[in-house]
Amino acid sequence: MLSYLKPSQVISIFLFLFIILFSFASLAISQDTETIEEIIADSVNIFIPTTATDVVAVDHVYDCGEAVDVSWTLSTDDEKIGEYKILRAGEGSPDFVQVGVVLPGNFSFIDKSVESGQSYIYKIAAVYNGNAVESEPSNIVIPDTEPVNWNLLNLFLIGLLIAGAVIYLISHAKSGKKLFIRKIAGLEAIDEAIGRATEMGRPILFIPGINDMDDVQTIAGITLLGRVAKVVADYDIKINMPVARSLVMTTARETIREAYIGAGRPDAYSDDMVRYITDEQFGYVAAVDGIMVREKPATCFYLGAFFAESLILAETGNSIGAIQIAGTAMPAQLPFFVAACDYTLIGEELIAASDYLSGEPRQLGSLKGQDVGKLLAMIALIIGVLSITIADAWGVDFFVWLSDKMDAMFTIQN
Amino acid sequence: MDRSRRISLIIFAGIIILFILSWIIKSTTLLNVGTESLLSIRDAFFITFAAFLTLAIFSFLYKDNPYYKFAEHLFVGVSAAYWMCVGFWSTFVGNFIPKVSTTLSNFFEVPPKEFDIFYFIPLILGLMLLMRLSPKGGWLSRWSLAFIVGTTAGLNLIRYLRTDFITQVSNTFIPLLVDWNGIGPFFSDFSLSASGQFVMTLGNWVIFIGVFSGLIYFFFSKEHKGFFGHASRVGIWVLMITFGASFGYTVMGRVSLLVGRLTFLFKDWLGLIS
Repeated sequence: MLSYLKPSQVISIFLFLFIILFSFASLAISQDTETIEEIIADSVNIFIPTTATDVVAVDHVYDCGEAVDVSWTLSTDDEKIGEYKILRAGEGSPDFVQVGVVLPGNFSFIDKSVESGQSYIYKIAAVYNGNAVESEPSNIVIPDTEPVNWNLLNLFLIGLLIAGAVIYLISHAKSGKKLFIRKIAGLEAIDEAIGRATEMGRPILFIPGINDMDDVQTIAGITLLGRVAKVVADYDIKINMPVARSLVMTTARETIREAYIGAGRPDAYSDDMVRYITDEQFGYVAAVDGIMVREKPATCFYLGAFFAESLILAETGNSIGAIQIAGTAMPAQLPFFVAACDYTLIGEELIAASDYLSGEPRQLGSLKGQDVGKLLAMIALIIGVLSITIADAWGVDFFVWLSDKMDAMFTIQN
Repeated sequence: MDRSRRISLIIFAGIIILFILSWIIKSTTLLNVGTESLLSIRDAFFITFAAFLTLAIFSFLYKDNPYYKFAEHLFVGVSAAYWMCVGFWSTFVGNFIPKVSTTLSNFFEVPPKEFDIFYFIPLILGLMLLMRLSPKGGWLSRWSLAFIVGTTAGLNLIRYLRTDFITQVSNTFIPLLVDWNGIGPFFSDFSLSASGQFVMTLGNWVIFIGVFSGLIYFFFSKEHKGFFGHASRVGIWVLMITFGASFGYTVMGRVSLLVGRLTFLFKDWLGLIS
């Protein structure tokens, strides 16, 4: 039959048949290959974990649109997988990028790399041995700004109460009405100590701590310096004040200068009364110790914020026989001052002493306002402790409710 | 030459000889362990000098002396210069320059950042602080100081109210009767173990009374007389007991610092311990 065909037609038919056969053969081979791969995969038993489900993305509350909270239901193979990858894409974009990784067992993540007002979609990829199985995409979320953090309402109310009390009591003091502040025992010791230095004709050493003017303890120390400097100016005693901060130096110089002007002896004031030593903690301590043993002051004041240098200073002062008056609100350093000094203003006594001495309505009102805060704390403690005790021991409904309310009132949520 | 001066000179000569001897021996030791010759001489000098300074500071325990003064002045001088350099390079060059000038950033070889005009506010406040050096413009520095004090007070108000006040109060909301099932079970199951009902109850009472009496001690609007006086006395007792415990704890920490210096002397310098 082929003899009826032209040679070119025969060749074309052969070529056509060849191509057809080759295509079928290739298809058959590829199908065979897949089958072989499946067989190999089955033979080594590759584990493909189940995916995480119910991925939910919500705007992180009470922020400036800087975060999104992503949560999901754990994969049923959670104990087997290596990690969960958190994938994110802009709305409508097919490209998901990894924004975080969490270990198995974790079912939430806060994405802090978002921009306010943009739309995002999330997926969770459960990863096992390099194989990632992605979840269904989450809902669309748009991070937004919430101007008011209602979680801090209780903080606001308590702050408002105390600040209101402070403002009221300041205005009360400014109107000329007297505010009662109990006598602070350490203040009498200050006058005695200055008197002793006068009698002995030796200088007074004043250390305002090693923190800067941004520490309220340093400010309190400088306020007390004003009082000390006034007496020093009156009695014409030498005062020596080495400091560790340049701002403290300028403030202290100003305070002492004003005290001398107030005492009518501006000519007796000298900038050398206050000297900057160094910011380095133990360099400062070494220098102050040297000053102590060389100048042998009759009285040493340590009023401000102190750290590890407290005992070194107080012990050196003790060894030269000086009267020492300390005051700090650093809990870890108070024991050393209590052990080595003649009198110690403990914690808030330092602040209260400066307020008491200044006699300024603003400071006195502020101190009284803080007492209102303490009163509030005492009342809260009594109610809270009694209610939780009765609720725990006898389960009385009213006290269970009350203890819950007290707990909520004094618990800060972020 | 009087006797004390002669003794001082003898001690000084002795220290110089000891220093040189120590330097030579330490250099040889370092050379033997394979350090390059120049490096071993330099390292041996620094180790010997550090040991000398350590002993000079320790000598203050005996009394003030010229060696302590030398170490003290060296420490103060070096640290003052160091902190000035740190202030310039970290604050001025590190924070300010990159935000305001690309040319200056390139000059100081720091990577420039996006221009931020707000960084000129601290610059102006800093210049106002320096006006103290001017006899007529000194008052301007008070504005900067007021800014520092005011912002710190404002920022700390919330922080302290949160941590020192509200959290303290909420942590003191504890039951005064722990796991209470009546007076009978309390005595029948009486135990002095740390997790037992009696110790837990006692601990809660101590916390409550301690906090409450402490608050009374720091209450300034009422004289400490009568009940208030007794309660404040309990408060000061609680404080003193706490201070005692804290004293012991911190002293142990200081002992570890001493051990550190002794380790340097006996290990790095003398090589007596390995």
